[in-house]
Amino acid sequence: MRHTISMLVENRFGVLSRVAGLFSGRGYNIESLSVGETIDSKVSLMTIVTTGDDKIIEQITKQLNKLIDVIKVVDLTEVDHVEREMILIKVSPRQADKAEVLRLAEIFRGRVVDSSPKTYTIEITGDEKKIAAFVELMKPFGIKEFVRTGKIAIAREGTRKT
Amino acid sequence: MKISGAEIVIECLKREDVRHIFGYPGGVVLNIFDILYDNSDIQVILTRHEQGAVHAADGYARATGRPGIALVTSGPGATNTVTGIATAYMDSIPIVVFSGQVPTKLIGNDAFQEADIVGITRPCTKHNFLVKDVNDLARTIREAFYIATSGRPGPVLIDLPKDVTGDVTTFKWPEEVRLRSYNPKYEGNRWMIKQAALSIRKAKKAVIIAGGGVIHSNASRELKELAEFTEIPVIMTLMGLGAFPGTHRLSLGMPGMHGAYCTNKAIQESDLLVAVGIRFDDRVTGRIADFAPHAKIIHIDIDPTSIKKNVGADIPIVGDAKRVLKVLVEMLKEEGKTQWQAVRRSWLKQIEAWRKEHPLGYVYSDTVIKPQYVVEKIYELTKGDAIISTEVGQNQMWTAQFYKFERPRTLLTSGGLGTMGYGFPAAMGAQVARPDMTVIDIAGDGSIQMNIQELATCVVNRLPVKVAILNNRYLGMVRQWQELFYNERYSYSHLDVVPDFVKLAEAYGAAGFRATKPSEVEEVLRAGLAVKDRPVLMDFIVDWKEKVFPMVPAGAAIDEMIFGEEAEKGKGKKKLRAVK
Repeated sequence: MRHTISMLVENRFGVLSRVAGLFSGRGYNIESLSVGETIDSKVSLMTIVTTGDDKIIEQITKQLNKLIDVIKVVDLTEVDHVEREMILIKVSPRQADKAEVLRLAEIFRGRVVDSSPKTYTIEITGDEKKIAAFVELMKPFGIKEFVRTGKIAIAREGTRKT
Repeated sequence: MKISGAEIVIECLKREDVRHIFGYPGGVVLNIFDILYDNSDIQVILTRHEQGAVHAADGYARATGRPGIALVTSGPGATNTVTGIATAYMDSIPIVVFSGQVPTKLIGNDAFQEADIVGITRPCTKHNFLVKDVNDLARTIREAFYIATSGRPGPVLIDLPKDVTGDVTTFKWPEEVRLRSYNPKYEGNRWMIKQAALSIRKAKKAVIIAGGGVIHSNASRELKELAEFTEIPVIMTLMGLGAFPGTHRLSLGMPGMHGAYCTNKAIQESDLLVAVGIRFDDRVTGRIADFAPHAKIIHIDIDPTSIKKNVGADIPIVGDAKRVLKVLVEMLKEEGKTQWQAVRRSWLKQIEAWRKEHPLGYVYSDTVIKPQYVVEKIYELTKGDAIISTEVGQNQMWTAQFYKFERPRTLLTSGGLGTMGYGFPAAMGAQVARPDMTVIDIAGDGSIQMNIQELATCVVNRLPVKVAILNNRYLGMVRQWQELFYNERYSYSHLDVVPDFVKLAEAYGAAGFRATKPSEVEEVLRAGLAVKDRPVLMDFIVDWKEKVFPMVPAGAAIDEMIFGEEAEKGKGKKKLRAVK
């Protein structure tokens, strides 16, 4: 099963390779990873999406907790949370389809962040399903390339463990 | 007053009560070695190889419980420590390794003798540091010692660029260490311990399995109390040998691949396993699916990742073995009297019957020296009052089977990583820590050659380490596997030329003895043990066909054992298969 693991780590050099090394050394899989500073500049937040059965996920969270630079590990899959990802997608629709592409982008609350005579680059933010749906919709129009940020997630306030 | 980084390093070591460093100098650590030149508080033992230095620090730590220290230079000096660090990591041994590094400005430039040792040792240290500013030095060293020795102990490496040890600053000793991201949990959950007590009360066929964690937490007394109070027999993993007296009526010795039949049977038939400070290594469990099928498992360990990693736990207790066992015994005693002896009588009788069915043994010979005989003789002559180290392979398993370890910290062996070449330098480190003790490395002719250069270190420092070489001119355990599982195709396991160890010892200035007949064994051991001013090599020319039995083939359940007689007659052979 897929799990979104959120962790607070000391903002020091080498922390990312400790975490990444733990996953590769023990044969765990990282599907996506994002890192950023938190309100306290000495602390970073990492969001990792990984898959595994309960036993593996238990080991992953325990092993992460064991790393000296890791302050706190939360498996967000176990709590009610909000997750977001951003995609920048470059499409090259035919002249006749341009309006349709723009309309779809609007429906998805996307923004055109760059345009050229032959392409639009559209920014979409949302959860995984929304991003996947938009990519699917763009396919017939000709996707040139896209980049994704990896997931970030935060627990909803005042929720209990499900 | 401002002092240099190098002086800070030494000042911190003094405050950590370090008295010995195992080291090897080189370009970028000369700042530190220069301070050590006229320092009388700390003695440097100059090894002949950096691997020897780290194993020595490890042996020092195992023998005393205090952290062992190694100091090496950058690049090759640092990379030579990796095997030693990985060995300590697998067995949870507190050591602190200081490596020199090229000046901070040159890091990343492929400078002369530059290696990213922090990157290289990241997966085999408990934690490591690169110090980039002399102002961080004292705090970093304090944290390193704290991390190495607390919780589940382990090796820590500190990488010191040359300019950092050269820079000056005001020395400030942090009185307290606090890491918000590292808080080992020592006290076990009381409710869980209560459940454990209830299970022990209900169980009929209980066994305790004690591991290295019992030794690390100095919990032998509590373990003995638990075993004697509840009449539960005690099995010890290789790392746990000595945690409970090997001659005790309740001792069942080592389990697993080369465990005794009664020991493995006791696990397989038990209804309750009390596992303390063990991580259920595959050499202990055999095929996991068939391990202790009827047992409820209580697992006490300070490292949460050890619990439910290989084997499930019905009652997991995260905490320090000593404290948890203490509470457990108190709870059991509070509950009032139980006729434990009556409860356990039939179980202990059953185990005794298994012991008689397939006792641990070997066939003695008058004409050729049996390696097990040498181990037995060593035990007899030392009466168990010695520190024994081993190399890896047959020598290690025969030692585990035939030497009765009475006290903790008397066996030094690379259990997890299985490092050949470990035993001799580890014995050297232990001898430095315990000049009063007899220290003996039980070695093979293969392993001893992996760090034999340390003979010079022992000679110079007048360390009377004894080495008993069980010389069969083979990589014996490899040969054993090839005989049993690879149709006797002895691919590259025959050593052909083995040096004349007696002459070699003499060339180094050590003492050398040889026994070629069983009748000479005791004489040679007595002569060797009598030497007090230099190291001793004792070369025992042993039966090269001898194998370690019983044996559980890799991938089999631990009660699917093969015994010596069967294998010799060839009747067991058809059943043998190498799974992995």
